[in-house]
Amino acid sequence: MINTEIEQEMIKPPLPPGPLKWVKENLFSSIFNSVMTVALIPIVFYLLFSVVSWALFSADWRAVTQFPLLYTVGQYPRDQIWRVGVILSSIFLFLGISWGRWGGLLRSISLAAGLVCVVTALLPVQHPQLDQGMRLFLGSNTVMILIGYFIGRIKAVKASVIVVGWLLIPICAVVLLAGIENSELIPNVPTTLWGGLLVTFLLAAGGILLSFPLGVALAFGRRSDLPVLSGFSTIFIEVIRGVPLVTILFMFSIILALFLPVESRIDRLVRALMAVTVFSAAYSAENVRGGLQSVPLGQIEAAKALGMSNLKTTVFIVLPQALRAVLPAIAGQFISLFKDTTLVVIIGINDFLGIGRSIINSDPEFVQLRTEVYIFIALIYWIFSYLMSLASRRLETAMGISDNL
Amino acid sequence: MSEEPIIYCRNVHKWFDDFHALRGIDMDVFEGEVIVIFGPSGSGKSTFIRTINRLEEHQEGQIVVDGIELSHDVRNIERIRMETGMVFQQFNLFPHLSVLQNVTLAPIWVRKWPKEKAEKVAMELLELVGIPEQALKFPGNLSGGQQQRVAIARALAMQPKIMLFDEPTSALDPEMIKEVLDTMTDLAESGMTMIVVTHEMGFARAVADRMYFFDEGKIVESGTPEEIYNNPQEERTKLFLSQILQH
Ligand SMILES: Nc1ncnc2c1ncn2[C@@H]1O[C@H](COP(=O)(O)OP(=O)(O)OP(=O)(O)O)[C@@H](O)[C@H]1O
Ligand SMILES: [Mg+2]
Repeated sequence: MINTEIEQEMIKPPLPPGPLKWVKENLFSSIFNSVMTVALIPIVFYLLFSVVSWALFSADWRAVTQFPLLYTVGQYPRDQIWRVGVILSSIFLFLGISWGRWGGLLRSISLAAGLVCVVTALLPVQHPQLDQGMRLFLGSNTVMILIGYFIGRIKAVKASVIVVGWLLIPICAVVLLAGIENSELIPNVPTTLWGGLLVTFLLAAGGILLSFPLGVALAFGRRSDLPVLSGFSTIFIEVIRGVPLVTILFMFSIILALFLPVESRIDRLVRALMAVTVFSAAYSAENVRGGLQSVPLGQIEAAKALGMSNLKTTVFIVLPQALRAVLPAIAGQFISLFKDTTLVVIIGINDFLGIGRSIINSDPEFVQLRTEVYIFIALIYWIFSYLMSLASRRLETAMGISDNL
Repeated sequence: MSEEPIIYCRNVHKWFDDFHALRGIDMDVFEGEVIVIFGPSGSGKSTFIRTINRLEEHQEGQIVVDGIELSHDVRNIERIRMETGMVFQQFNLFPHLSVLQNVTLAPIWVRKWPKEKAEKVAMELLELVGIPEQALKFPGNLSGGQQQRVAIARALAMQPKIMLFDEPTSALDPEMIKEVLDTMTDLAESGMTMIVVTHEMGFARAVADRMYFFDEGKIVESGTPEEIYNNPQEERTKLFLSQILQH
């Protein structure tokens, strides 16, 4: 009895080091490290202190706080804004469903989103755009997330249904936002009125969803045995990668319009989306191609030896391994795409950054406040980019289960 | 043994560009036979068994497997691959799929079995190779011997008539070789037709019906294990045997 207790004692893993030990081992492990610590800690604290005190006491956030709707939806008609609300609510619903099903990072995002909604709904300030209805809407979104959570917990709801739902949201969103000609309920809203975060998200989500399959197709095209197909893919990829995004945007927005007859004019926003998609697809294609090359020949032989056709081998064996290998690169590619959408400003689309600039230019008083506006915009971009990067890292660990030897 | 050989090879030639890797191989394998192929490195052993399921294409001669002639017809190739299981030196398990998924993938998508049936058969096979408790693990978390046994179960799941083994134990640590050879011995005793490239002479002596000695893309000598071990006819065979039996 005593013996086993001693044994138990001995098998226990060593205790984690205490805070003092951590400080000693990590901040003062060597002379150089100690000097760096002593020199840098005051600088870090000083910077943090000045930024926070500036943000709280000297900064004037009027140019940000006065126009929440402008930043989010641009000039979208205010009496039609409920459509954006419907889309937002369905996104929150699906966020909740995904939280219920998968947990993890989705849980943190859901809770954070719910918290932001509640806090905004209860803000003790007078604001013309934060009226009763708006507060009610924001509060109801928290309920949406919770409802979603409980739906997601139901085992009968298939994961594939949730994924398809997510993919349908952007399509339904575009239809709903654009509306239908001569409709009473949802009259047509021209895209010239769309703006702000709405446009940024539409371009980014649309660009990602469209460029990814196109990129995969181009990667396979480039490896194809058919010379026409591989030639076309190679030229496409190399030309697009050799040209700045700005040029491609101009090409799609101006040159395309010149060649097409007036009646078949493609919408300005769609042209921007096409440009972003094509640009991102060329880079995705090269990433995916690298992944395809990293799959060992033995994997393909093993699949073939089991009687699997080329297509089945590709779908079940090659592509999953290739994509897993290049997931970090593809995620990075999508983060750049999200930020690169700001370039559409130059072809006259008022995305999030564009709205910020037009607010600054709308009033001489606001010109003085441009620092605040740009910091706000940068912060929003950073939050979403960081979320994407976090999500990609979580996905990596989830997919890496099988290769930790 | 039936009259018709299940594998029929006549005058099989194979070139890698200018390199003449197989120089006229003749071989008949009947149902239920266990064939062991051995010979020095580069003698074309792998190349030969890979031509049987068309992982390599032969340029001259005739190969008929289970009544189907190997030709450029893709349907023929896929039919033959469904009838022949292959086990590789490097296991080649699919690292992104669990052990169970490795075994059920082809039965579900090629044989079109319902998932429940495929999983039931897979669990029986994992039982047979002695690792049912690893079904939900990923290949990366298994030892080499366990991986190779999963690879055998994966090949058997397609219910092949013929099993091809290309040096199944030479990438394994010595203590794991036995567990794989035991599995193969069981399989041989169950009446499976097998072609095994191996230098495990104890295994060959115990289970082989016939042995073939390959050198420079040709069959130098063939016979029962008794004939090969006790009374080899060719100098090259004697020399090679004396070399590998020393170890
Ligand atoms: N894909 C290939 N391209 C060119 N030459 C090849 C190829 N595969 C095999 N060879 C050559 O064909 C010959 C036979 O190779 P094979 O792999 O069949 O030998 P082996 O008897 O299996 O040898 P080992 O015992 O080393 O596995 C070797 O000389 C090898 O270099
Ligand atoms: Mg070999």
